[in-house]
Amino acid sequence: MYVAVKGGEAAIRNAHRLLADRRRGDRSVPALRLDQIVEQLGLGVDRVMSEGSLYDRELAALAIVQARGDLIEAIFLVRAYRTTLPRFGYTRPVDTAAMHAERRISATYKDLPGGQMLGPTFDYTHRLLDPELATGAAVEEPEQRDIEPEAMPRVSDLLAGEDLIESDGELPAGHVTGDITREPLEFPLERDARLQALSRGDEGFLLALAYSTQRGYARSHPFVGEIRIGEVELELDVPELDFPVTLGRIRVTECQMVNQFKGSARQPPQFTRGYGLVFGQSERKAMAMSLCDRALRARELGEDVTAAAQDEEFVISHSDNVQATGFVEHLKLPHYVDFQAELDLVRRMRADHEAENGTDATTKEAAE
Amino acid sequence: MSALDKDVATYNFAYLDEQTKRMIRRAILKGIAIPGYQVPFASREMPMPYGWGTGGVQVTAAIIGPDDVLKVIDQGADDTTNAVSIRNFFRKVAAVETTTETARATIIQTRHRIPELPLTAGQTLVYQVPIPEPLRFLEPRETETRKMHALEEYGLMHVKLYEDIARHGRIATTYAYPVKVEGRYVMDPSPTPKFDNPKMHMSAALQLFGAGREKRIYAIPPFTQVVSLDFEDHPFEVQTFDKPCALCSAENVYLDEVILDDKGGRMFVCSDTDHCEKRQAEGHRGELAGEIA
Repeated sequence: MYVAVKGGEAAIRNAHRLLADRRRGDRSVPALRLDQIVEQLGLGVDRVMSEGSLYDRELAALAIVQARGDLIEAIFLVRAYRTTLPRFGYTRPVDTAAMHAERRISATYKDLPGGQMLGPTFDYTHRLLDPELATGAAVEEPEQRDIEPEAMPRVSDLLAGEDLIESDGELPAGHVTGDITREPLEFPLERDARLQALSRGDEGFLLALAYSTQRGYARSHPFVGEIRIGEVELELDVPELDFPVTLGRIRVTECQMVNQFKGSARQPPQFTRGYGLVFGQSERKAMAMSLCDRALRARELGEDVTAAAQDEEFVISHSDNVQATGFVEHLKLPHYVDFQAELDLVRRMRADHEAENGTDATTKEAAE
Repeated sequence: MSALDKDVATYNFAYLDEQTKRMIRRAILKGIAIPGYQVPFASREMPMPYGWGTGGVQVTAAIIGPDDVLKVIDQGADDTTNAVSIRNFFRKVAAVETTTETARATIIQTRHRIPELPLTAGQTLVYQVPIPEPLRFLEPRETETRKMHALEEYGLMHVKLYEDIARHGRIATTYAYPVKVEGRYVMDPSPTPKFDNPKMHMSAALQLFGAGREKRIYAIPPFTQVVSLDFEDHPFEVQTFDKPCALCSAENVYLDEVILDDKGGRMFVCSDTDHCEKRQAEGHRGELAGEIA
């Protein structure tokens, strides 16, 4: 029985064997293939790539199967693989104005250069379960347009001439862009490090914080200036070459949130911006990220810090779901050495208490 | 799919790439140079969850060599699930010899305990640390606590200990009991019971602390003063147990309480399993030694 308290190698081995069995499930049902997950559970794959900080659909799909569909576990698998990969260099900043967009909407302008384009969205669907999907009914091919799409400047560039919206801003001279996967976070953060942390932050956590800003905790009067989803080119500067080399394309979601700003001693009244950029198609995450980014700029813009969403240490220290799930779940590990110490303390304090107050009616009576 | 074709064998010795190890070693060296100071380091994701020893594992991975002999304990025991898991990890990625014998190990990675057998010169004890900041529960902000350390402003901690005495008649901190290292930095000894604090003082072994999630490394070099905080009229004292170990009759060791039945029956046995087994092999017998296999 003493042995049963402690784990042992055989127990772990058998537990993992059972896990593999449960993962596979009924053997008469065909096993999932990775391409099925990539093709048909694409948004789950996107979330794993985004929060796992690794753009690789097949690896993300593998992680999802291995994690039995638990996306945070899948994100963790991807992160643990990613961290072992060599770092060849850093690409140039992606040019989202040159995006091959599949979706592009603005809530601040009825029409704008490049137009509004709904793309593959759940918006305006009625959330009615569709029994036909269960029977594998044929699906129509999508409408395609033939014409070359016109240029699609970013909404933030459209008003830039008037100075009504703040510009992208300049980094301090000599500033080397941070890399939160290679350097420890040091608060207060520069915005580059903060945006990186937000981009890999937990969707649910950022969503809740973004929601809190809408409900009055650091209200920022936001408008969706623009959301665009599509493919951007990655370019890498190679020292031997005097032109950047194209590495390929990745699919990203970008959100530019435009926020009211009354101005401060330092700045004239103008619209400020919150920014969101994530791998794949994840509008909810990009929007939440941009609201959080804007809220976290409170210090920079001279606003009062009154709410959780504005508190950089609070938000960034708790936004990483791999860290959060690890630490919450570590409470499953044995703590009996510490618990023993506490047991001992409580027993002694109870003994003191009883000595002072008497334990029960009989001792009280005896005392009286 | 090239990534998928890769064999596990292509992981570097001890999992981490050499650049990462160098970065961690630099942090360790800095930690040794400033005993008790928490050095930020670029903690990596490890293939085990944060909070399950990733800091300790990274420190061990950075210092381990092919000739090292590794012991891993959790709650003082070698056969606790997480200790088994971490030991297997290093057996797999570093192919090092592992042991349960405290005296034979060159590196001991631990969670929550310091072995009963005094460590010797040349041994390294690697602690897994969940919250490296001793002031964290008094001040949640890192920006503030770093300032407090820089200014050696530890009044808040003494006030906390004093309030314990005022309220409970004694200092009600039983584990993760704060210590002062070499007269300068207040340090969290990791959640070891305060019973183990005196073992840190002037230890012949190098003590390294890794906190993966919090991205901090700190160190106590051999023969460093480690003093548990206290007051003149309320001196620091360790836990004592009324009975010796029920298996090996050891006294002055830390004991685990094991519930035997639902009628209040319980026994106390050594938390350090290696120590207990050694003593039993030497012929020491506790009162329940025959009954419990």
